[in-house]
Amino acid sequence: MTQDTAPLSLNVPEPGCRPGDTPDFSDFEIPRAGAVGRPPVDVDPDEIRDMAFSIVRVLNKEGKAVGEWAGALSVEELRLGLRHMLLLRTFDARMQNAQRQGKTSFYMQHLGEEAVSCAFARALEPGDMNFPTYRQAGLLFAVDYPMLTMMNQIYSNAKDPLAGRQLPIMYSSKEHGFFSISGNLGTQFVQSVGWAMASAISGDTKIATGWIGDGSTAESDFHAAMVFASTYKAPVVLNIVNNQWAISTFQGIARGGVGTFAARGHGFGIASIRVDGNDYLAVHAVARWAAERARKGFGPTLIEHVTYRAGGHSTSDDPSAYRAKSEAAAWPLGDPIERLKNHLITIGEWSEERQSQAEAEILDTVITLQKEAESVGTLAGGEAPSPRDMFEGVYETMPPHLVRQRQEAGF
Amino acid sequence: MAQMTMIEAIREAHDVAMGTDKRVVVYGEDVGFFGGVFRCTAGLQEKYGKSRCFDAPINESGIVGTAIGMAAYGLKPVIEIQFADYVYPAFDQIASEAARLRHRSNGDFTCPLVIRMPTGGGIFGGQTHSQSPEALFTHVSGLKVVLPSNPRDAKGLLLASIADPDPVIFLEPKRLYNGPFDGHHDKPIVSWKNHALGDVPDGDEIVPLGKAHTFREGSDVTVLAYGTMVYVAEAAAEETGVDAEIIDLRTLLPLDLEAITESVKKTGRCVIVHEATRTSGFGAELMSLVQESCFYHLEAPMIRVTGWDTPYPHAQEWEYFPGPGRVGEALRKVMED
Ligand SMILES: Cc1ncc(C[n+]2csc(CCOP(=O)(O)OP(=O)(O)O)c2C)c(N)n1
Repeated sequence: MTQDTAPLSLNVPEPGCRPGDTPDFSDFEIPRAGAVGRPPVDVDPDEIRDMAFSIVRVLNKEGKAVGEWAGALSVEELRLGLRHMLLLRTFDARMQNAQRQGKTSFYMQHLGEEAVSCAFARALEPGDMNFPTYRQAGLLFAVDYPMLTMMNQIYSNAKDPLAGRQLPIMYSSKEHGFFSISGNLGTQFVQSVGWAMASAISGDTKIATGWIGDGSTAESDFHAAMVFASTYKAPVVLNIVNNQWAISTFQGIARGGVGTFAARGHGFGIASIRVDGNDYLAVHAVARWAAERARKGFGPTLIEHVTYRAGGHSTSDDPSAYRAKSEAAAWPLGDPIERLKNHLITIGEWSEERQSQAEAEILDTVITLQKEAESVGTLAGGEAPSPRDMFEGVYETMPPHLVRQRQEAGF
Repeated sequence: MAQMTMIEAIREAHDVAMGTDKRVVVYGEDVGFFGGVFRCTAGLQEKYGKSRCFDAPINESGIVGTAIGMAAYGLKPVIEIQFADYVYPAFDQIASEAARLRHRSNGDFTCPLVIRMPTGGGIFGGQTHSQSPEALFTHVSGLKVVLPSNPRDAKGLLLASIADPDPVIFLEPKRLYNGPFDGHHDKPIVSWKNHALGDVPDGDEIVPLGKAHTFREGSDVTVLAYGTMVYVAEAAAEETGVDAEIIDLRTLLPLDLEAITESVKKTGRCVIVHEATRTSGFGAELMSLVQESCFYHLEAPMIRVTGWDTPYPHAQEWEYFPGPGRVGEALRKVMED
């Protein structure tokens, strides 16, 4: 050791803002809406390297849709998008409250991130398969999965489609292109690649999508998924939802101080794009581009959805302990529902009045369904799934040792 | 009927399955062009094409994770982990995902998948080419665990595993790939050729999962064994003259408890042999089950002969390995009581 070698020290990244501080997003570079162009779907990933550092945006401050990514959706589809996001937000609020009332053990809401899954789902075809995390229920809302069934699961009542075996928000519906959610973070990312590979092996036309949170990109499975996706050019769209926080851990811990999450695709030669996750039109347009790219055999796309988790991580989380209370309000990409609403108003296809009407009608629908679900039962009481169900379905045919255990348990 | 080694039998099972079911795909490290480091998949890529048999990146978690996605899609992946010692990076995908998918989705998604891996010692592989991790898998609800001891069973059990609707861990005792092995490492290697169990039926005949095989009939003591240890137990019985009944378990999960209890009730004594480390090993499970169901028939305390609770050593392999000497000692001891 030479004498002038100073002792080393560990770099532990810290967010710019903690409780008590004033949030400051002035360092956060946001390109103007329309500034990022739309490349052809067969583009060489190398030619769009800058798209991993920029952000695709369609809606500008005035609520206008601008640039090459605009114009993909009809007014009817935009109104439907607004409706899906409102349904999800209302549903979340009611279920969050139901948890506080002891009707379920646990809930996770999407507050601020509704556009990501609601808009993405509308870019897929029936038969495509999503491998989601727990914060993409919009994928179900946007394809009309019955809300009542979701409630029955959240309440773990006798009509829970998963027979009380899964956590409340870990849905599963093959029919709706929604792979069974795992509580182990990141695992589904590589499974989505496998599903896509299977589609290619079978000469099918369907594609898969994988979903992961910013924090969970640190998991080995994220990297495994990238290796397999790039090696076999799997028809898959790989989504990172960067909502800035992984429980109390800010995104810089998984990412380090350099690059972006999207830029991780570069080392794999995967087309990588950042998109404004609070812009329904931008998410939809980018999703459609990536889906088309996959479907036409041009390989995987990595999308980083830049958004903000405005609510707590889950009902067990108190974000005020680790981040400034006003941070959500200061988030520069705004609120996805407000932005789509303003856009529709700007183009003369919606009004504040119609918005209030829609909100009231949606709240009514959700409350009616909630009553119906609660009349069956909640975790606190009513009709529950049979304990016998716990022994069923571990295997297709129950092996003798499980039959013995079921008898021992008295079911 | 053809005479073949266990490697050839495994290859033939793949061939039969791929030939009859288009959904069967085979991949793993070095599995495609080269046919696997033990050559269990040799020739399959040439015959079935690169999209049904291919090389995978060296990423065990990725191999299993993608296979789960493929199984969920509707294919039947048969994947190879190059050595059982390297399955740990994939353990989460196996234990948390493959094993639970059917249950957690209430049958909405299933995971018919076979994970093959060479297991066990006896080839001077040191601590990273010799392990026997079967107990880690038998502890996981939702998996099936299979471990053949001869070419005939290897083919039939692999075909049954591929046909099975649930995820199967298929452990291949690599010391038996080319011939039976009685634990005498200083004797010349014998081949499966001219061995009765090297006779492998043609076609797609399966050996059902969950059924043990009475490898040797006897009346003094029941030896519960699987894989390489079946032959070690046979050598021990012959060397000691103890008339041991050797039950080759073949499938550890689900286990053929009926065959076990029937034999122990007949002999009144039980010795359990496995290569894996002792503490919390599969032998502990076997002892509990025999105790629960045969206690009043037992004439002596049961004995376990196992590998020691150390990493598998390189130079001391034959001191670690439960050879015929140690098994014979157990047979004598259990007969004295
Ligand atoms: C393998 C694993 N490790 C840890 C956890 C506990 N856990 C649940 S959610 C979470 C944070 C995830 O953050 P992120 O990926 O950013 O997704 P977000 O919740 O922000 O949508 C953690 C650490 C887990 N579920 N699985």
